Amino acid sequence: MNNSEKKRMNGEAEEENEEDVEDEGRDAWERTYTDERSWEALEEDESGLLQPIDNKAIYHSQYRRRLQSLSATSAASRIQKGLIRFLCVVVDLSKAAGEMDFKPSRMAVIAKHVEAFIREFFDQNPLSQIGLVIIKDGVAQSLTELGGSPEAHIKALMVKLGCAGDSSLQNALELVHDTLHKIPSYGHREVLILYSALSTCDPGDIMETIQKCKKAKLRCSVIGLSAEMFVCKHLCQETGGSYMVALDEGHFKELLLEHAPPPPALAEFAIANLIKMGFPQRAAEGSIAICSCHREAKVGEGYICPRCKARVCELPTECRFCGLTLVSSPHLARSYHHLFPIEPFTEVSARQLELSRVASKTCFSCRESLLTPGTNKAGPCAACTKCKQYFCLDCDIYIHESLHNCPGCESRRITPAAASATMS
Amino acid sequence: MLKEGAIESRLVAGPLVVTTWPRSFLLPPHSRGKLLRDFNQSTVVVGHGYASFQANRRSLISFSDDVSLLVVLIDTNPFFWSTSSSSLNFHQFVSHVLVFLDLIVRLSQLNQIVVIATGHNTCDYIYDSSLDTDQVTGEGELPALYSFVLQRLEEFVDKDEKLGAKQEGLSEKRASSLLSGSLSMALCYIQRVFRSGPLHPQPRILCLQGSPDGSEQYVSIMNAIFSAQRSMVPIDCCYVGSHNSAFLQQASYITGGVYVKPQHLEGLYQYLATVFAVDLHSRSFLQLPRPAGVDFRASCFCHKTTIDMGYVCSVCLSIFCKHHDKCSTCGLVFGKVQSDAASDRKRKVPES
Repeated sequence: MNNSEKKRMNGEAEEENEEDVEDEGRDAWERTYTDERSWEALEEDESGLLQPIDNKAIYHSQYRRRLQSLSATSAASRIQKGLIRFLCVVVDLSKAAGEMDFKPSRMAVIAKHVEAFIREFFDQNPLSQIGLVIIKDGVAQSLTELGGSPEAHIKALMVKLGCAGDSSLQNALELVHDTLHKIPSYGHREVLILYSALSTCDPGDIMETIQKCKKAKLRCSVIGLSAEMFVCKHLCQETGGSYMVALDEGHFKELLLEHAPPPPALAEFAIANLIKMGFPQRAAEGSIAICSCHREAKVGEGYICPRCKARVCELPTECRFCGLTLVSSPHLARSYHHLFPIEPFTEVSARQLELSRVASKTCFSCRESLLTPGTNKAGPCAACTKCKQYFCLDCDIYIHESLHNCPGCESRRITPAAASATMS
Repeated sequence: MLKEGAIESRLVAGPLVVTTWPRSFLLPPHSRGKLLRDFNQSTVVVGHGYASFQANRRSLISFSDDVSLLVVLIDTNPFFWSTSSSSLNFHQFVSHVLVFLDLIVRLSQLNQIVVIATGHNTCDYIYDSSLDTDQVTGEGELPALYSFVLQRLEEFVDKDEKLGAKQEGLSEKRASSLLSGSLSMALCYIQRVFRSGPLHPQPRILCLQGSPDGSEQYVSIMNAIFSAQRSMVPIDCCYVGSHNSAFLQQASYITGGVYVKPQHLEGLYQYLATVFAVDLHSRSFLQLPRPAGVDFRASCFCHKTTIDMGYVCSVCLSIFCKHHDKCSTCGLVFGKVQSDAASDRKRKVPES
């Protein structure tokens, strides 16, 4: 046993030596291509033209797996979702963030993707607020206060940030806990930590801080950029968040954007409350008023708070003088698709499509042919469980990710009698 | 070609009036000649040379920035058209629209149009200028495009009526059409065009709507509007009904389109040609009708009145005008932590 293990280790060491010897003769850029040769995946057809790589099937199967996992977690009954979220994004700017394994550096990649995340977050949750925190030199500082305007956060983030020193998870959690303690009880408190370091330098007992966060009902999630750490895993398990480690830049972006839609909410985390909100009307064209956000006189285009008649420039916002939350009905409507989601479509194999009695084999919504290009045979497609129409794979993805309406169900008129029959 | 003799239109359900298509074609002969003469394009396009014209078009791959893909959503709701007291009836409306479609095709060789009909019980594609099966040549009095579209429209109205025949008469006075269905289909078609490669015309949607808004479609229409906003597809609207449509005003405002409610419906073609025929790039050089005042106030769920200030449930976002103890939509009691049984049930589900 020992001998064979030794031999195996020696063999591996020899192989490594051989590779090292070969690699020394190559430049650094050549070494990146020793393992992956993407050009070998290309194929030519009989006339010598390049054939496109069929990514469609792979992409669609990845998409379906993601959809299945999402719908599995929100099982049969309708799960509440936290629609009014107060999220603190903690960015670790310790020395580890200057590593170059993400090109050009981890810090640059994080900044770029956090900007995209902030825009997507406010697009999906218009009533929520974000605050930014950075960890540098073992100390946590608040970069921006909790606010609802994406531009302010992005501007603060794009200022040239340096990375130095150690990272301290406990200081960050303490700061975030103090910030989120003050918010009203109907809001969902969330923390998203982007952690690059492999250690944490804490002034006290981090387990106590974790218990404090758990009692304050903070839901902490971590995205790691280097390797899995026990402390992060424990934090996420205790508070009910998710812990993922990014493999490369594309994966990191995917993980980050997964936090944009509202997570399922536990009932005792936020008390249901009636929030007083105002729906301001647009100011008349040509009216002159001093706006409360910029403190200067402006003409026309603004909104007037219904309670104190102050002028504000954009919605959603909080009136500076009377504190009323001002929104317009499209902002509320942006969140309705989280409350009334559509069912995932069932996958239909090519055989089932051929057997079906549909006259023209085209996608119902975009009228693209469902037959595999170049042949007369049916390709894979998807079907809605309620209206039984067939859709192509691309429409399936578009409908579930962006449109949130099934065109087949919307093109039918259901009478009240039929509707009550299906619901009972 | 259309049959000689009266063609009954099936714009019928319940206590409504049966209308018939006129014997001759929709436009009286003297005005039709005048309209065609006003076009300063060559007339070779119409009818005979249509097939070869399409073949030549595809070999041109230089898409300049003023090429448009126009998706037109035509409202064929019989409940609206047979009771509208305005000066426009359905066959006059269709004649204005057909001449407008012909104008779009002639403005540029690469322009594409797609026509989707919005009915009362269903929605369907009527015409797609890029399909091989829709290339028609025709000889005779009518341009080929007109007769083809008219025939398909008639088939669609028949189908719409058959689907509605199984239901009893409607109890509500204002019957809406299925705008959310045709908007969704138009957006899926536009996504297909986006996927087809880097060279494609600029898409936009034109809604020709007369039916009033159906409040049951609010959520679906808002979803479609936000999706159009993300894909940067403007939704224009020419509303030919009686009162303004709040949904379509919001749609045009949010997506950056134009909303027009013509005052003189006899001149509908002029409104269409001057406002909606222009492609997206050239719109920046024109002064198009601006929205007078879009009302974004919400209406409360209990009385359906528009309110300035109200109370919003933090869980389900329903809007109330007065303070309640319990939310009528999600059933949760406000201000109290939920009971143990309810919270246990809800706690179990996320962990599984």
